[in-house]
Amino acid sequence: MTSLSNNTLSRWSTDELLCWSLRGIATIAGTIVMLIVVFLIVEALPVLHHVGLLRFFTDPSWHPAEGLYNLTPMLWGTLFAMTGSVLIATPLGILSAVFCHYYAPSVLARPYRRLIELLAGVPSVVYGFWGLVVLVPLIAEIQPPGPSLLAGILILTIMILPTIALMADASLANVPQQYLRGAAALGLPRWATIRGVVFPAVRSGLFTGVILETGRAIGETMAILMVCGNVVQIPSTIFDPIRTLTANIALEMAYAIGDHRAALFVSGLVLLAMIVALVVSAEWVSRGRMYG
Amino acid sequence: MSCVFRLNRCGSLVTLLTLALLGTLGSATAQTFSAEQLSGKLVITGASTLAPLIAEIGKRFESHYPKVRVDVQTGGSSRGVADVRQGFADIGMVSRAMKAEEKDLHAFSVARDGVGVILHKENPVQALTDEQVVAIYTGKIINWKDVGGKDAPITVVNKAEGRSTLEVFLHYFKIRNTDVKAHVVIGDNEQGIKTVAGNRHAIGYVSIGTAEYDESQGVPIKLLSVGGVAASTETVRNGTFPISRPLHIVTRTPPVGLTKAFIDYAQSKAVHDIIKQQYFVPMVD
Repeated sequence: MTSLSNNTLSRWSTDELLCWSLRGIATIAGTIVMLIVVFLIVEALPVLHHVGLLRFFTDPSWHPAEGLYNLTPMLWGTLFAMTGSVLIATPLGILSAVFCHYYAPSVLARPYRRLIELLAGVPSVVYGFWGLVVLVPLIAEIQPPGPSLLAGILILTIMILPTIALMADASLANVPQQYLRGAAALGLPRWATIRGVVFPAVRSGLFTGVILETGRAIGETMAILMVCGNVVQIPSTIFDPIRTLTANIALEMAYAIGDHRAALFVSGLVLLAMIVALVVSAEWVSRGRMYG
Repeated sequence: MSCVFRLNRCGSLVTLLTLALLGTLGSATAQTFSAEQLSGKLVITGASTLAPLIAEIGKRFESHYPKVRVDVQTGGSSRGVADVRQGFADIGMVSRAMKAEEKDLHAFSVARDGVGVILHKENPVQALTDEQVVAIYTGKIINWKDVGGKDAPITVVNKAEGRSTLEVFLHYFKIRNTDVKAHVVIGDNEQGIKTVAGNRHAIGYVSIGTAEYDESQGVPIKLLSVGGVAASTETVRNGTFPISRPLHIVTRTPPVGLTKAFIDYAQSKAVHDIIKQQYFVPMVD
């Protein structure tokens, strides 16, 4: 009796301990995010005070040394580069996972998967360097100057492709075997099975993959900085150079002082707002089933 | 460059904390000098151009004299002058020639900074007048054929706001950054050189030290002469190259003790490799 009650008691306190340590860890993670947001706001406050938020969208240009702080062209730059790369990478990534699972012979599928994983592991500065010395001169031959929105979209596509490909791959691996056997028993051909049975089953996984790759596309800095040309303008063709918000911070932070520095923190805030908008809209579209 | 510098700033913060913990606060700012061992803390503030260089020199100085701490802060040349005058800093950093009203300070030049215009090696244009450079950068000339080159659009490479190279360039050619019609904006010198080397129709400007080194390594770029003076570290050093400026460190009183030791060290041959690493030109060879 005594031993039993002891046991129950100790089990309960272990649960209690685990529960509280998990709460603690969750608090730490949450606090870090909140601290970053608070820090961004505090650093941006001086310039928001005497310049005002509105001027970051209505000023004629971005020349912080001369007191002009228009962020809109960079907001568009970020959006265009992100949209372009997500539009190309998503079908490529999903179809490559489909190939890997349902069409490739297993001798090929394994090394192919390793190859995609390798692609995910390459540091972004390497992609940027490759883009700068190979891709940009190639584009310059077609349509000068070379560093352009197109170069940015292509580099980003290569960078986010493994994210969606691996995510889709993992989701496809989790499709219950009964579904596939059922489809086979109905005599469905392979593509019909994939389209009619597999895709609906893995929808939430694919959606999570798209969100992750979009997040990476927005946040990418080094490679974009090296291939996009960094001219602050709204591009009229894909051959025009652009500057993204992340590149703006990386490019100017090292030498910025005073209001210029604070204005870069405003870039950071705007970037954060974009990510929040992305996550909120993702939650809304998936109606909370994103991780289900 | 900036990363190194930031690390150093963190380092000095840690040092400050340690010093405080050890209860040596009272002696932290005192400068004592003895024949074999220097100790104390040097506060250096001023131009952001010079800060990474002085921070690196400071690190090496600290490794020679373990009891010395060098704290480098930025804020522009004018802050360097103001801090030294008010005694907030032991040494100020000034990235320009000294003004007439600054004669009360003692200035020591540590290096020179030169900016050269670069083209792709295969570009047939051999020289550009100052007016032509201004016209190209302000978008009045947009094709190489107008300055004696091939029929091809010019790709204008400009620097990101806040960089000292940009300041020197705009100051010499008397243009405002808002008037520059750039096609590519770059961060550091190496990126500028890679951009011009990868585009036959590009024009850019970078620190002469970097460009000269890369040219000697076979990178397909060429430095243009300005006003008939060839762009080289030699002409920057002797002051004949027009797009250049001296980099000074200043003190309020004639330097003694630790300050003097640091200034002597910063002007010595022992730091020439650091100066070259930061793309500046040492004063003597």
